[in-house]
Amino acid sequence: MSGPPLPAPRGPLSEAVVQALRGKPLPVVDVDGADPYGDDLQLALHCCYELHYRGFDGVDADLEWDPDLLRLRVELERVLLAALRADVEPSAAVDAEIEALLVEPVGPDLRGLSHHLKREGTLEQLREYVTHRSVYHLKEADPQAWAIPRIGGAAKAGLVTVEHDEYGSGRPERMHSTLFAEMMTELGLDAAYGAHVDRVPGETLAEVNLMSLCGLRRSLRGASVGQFALVELTSSPGSERLVRGMRRLGCGPAAIRFYDEHVEADAVHEQVVRRDVLAPLLAAEPDLAADVVFGIRAALFLGDRLQERLLGAWERGESSLLQPLPAAA
Amino acid sequence: MPDPTRIVLTDDGPALVRGPVELDLPDGTRVRSDRAVTAVCLCRRSKRYPICDTAHRRKVRHEEDHG
Repeated sequence: MSGPPLPAPRGPLSEAVVQALRGKPLPVVDVDGADPYGDDLQLALHCCYELHYRGFDGVDADLEWDPDLLRLRVELERVLLAALRADVEPSAAVDAEIEALLVEPVGPDLRGLSHHLKREGTLEQLREYVTHRSVYHLKEADPQAWAIPRIGGAAKAGLVTVEHDEYGSGRPERMHSTLFAEMMTELGLDAAYGAHVDRVPGETLAEVNLMSLCGLRRSLRGASVGQFALVELTSSPGSERLVRGMRRLGCGPAAIRFYDEHVEADAVHEQVVRRDVLAPLLAAEPDLAADVVFGIRAALFLGDRLQERLLGAWERGESSLLQPLPAAA
Repeated sequence: MPDPTRIVLTDDGPALVRGPVELDLPDGTRVRSDRAVTAVCLCRRSKRYPICDTAHRRKVRHEEDHG
């Protein structure tokens, strides 16, 4: 098998893309009026983007550059970008944005996925959380790698420093995607690339689609770096909470190792992203400031939607997934 | 002569050191880091001392949070 199976369509847009990927002519579809954050549009975009990563089993790899599919993808992106530009307050004040992210909220009743999983989340909720995150972490750092040829000078060198660490600094067993797969296996989850796409809602796909959208468009390179900066600046304290939650739940060492590694890795990545990526990038290309903030705020906005989807389902005593997970072995 | 070791002292947090480093602690233990850049804790609040864990960050009591 040369890639994951094609996902099941969730509406006319994703149906059209899946048809085209099966080798049939791309049906005519109307993107106007589609829910920009809905399951159908997000799954359609996910399928378009995966052609640039690992593709799908049985799908012609050269469909990556099929003009009809690319035309539809750009139409879908237009709808999503218009919604994000409307939902996200514009700003070009990068320093203020970063300062705000470096303040750590504390208190007993903070609402957040990592706070919930640290305090009281169940093992099943942790397994669901990891399932959602697998859509990104099994290709961790890949969407940001698109930005490397699109920026120059010191910012490029800084970005590669962080990416190199994400890819295990030359040691495949330390690649973050490998550590994530080992955590999944220890939690009794299928760690195959793309195994859980049919289970996750549009909110989950949207976060990763934003990374691919910004990575694959040179005009949005500032937003790509902004989105990456947000991850690196905010993940260390959240990872520490997940480590504590996993210890509370009695998870094994391979499970804990992924987030444990991110406490230290992202503490130093924060410094490198601020000093060696953002500062030289904005010195060389000051006009990118508004896009850097857009990348940060759009990622925060989509992250909040995903968080509410999960916490809302759990508060109602339901699963946050569209299909249940097989029971842990 | 080899290039001097450059250590970047940040105004708000750790010292940044390039290359694999070994840190010898007063109690005789040695901590090794193989990262391209290692953030060495200077505020001593890190739970992973001598490695930075962002514990130097300003904390505010808050009702809402991301993550």
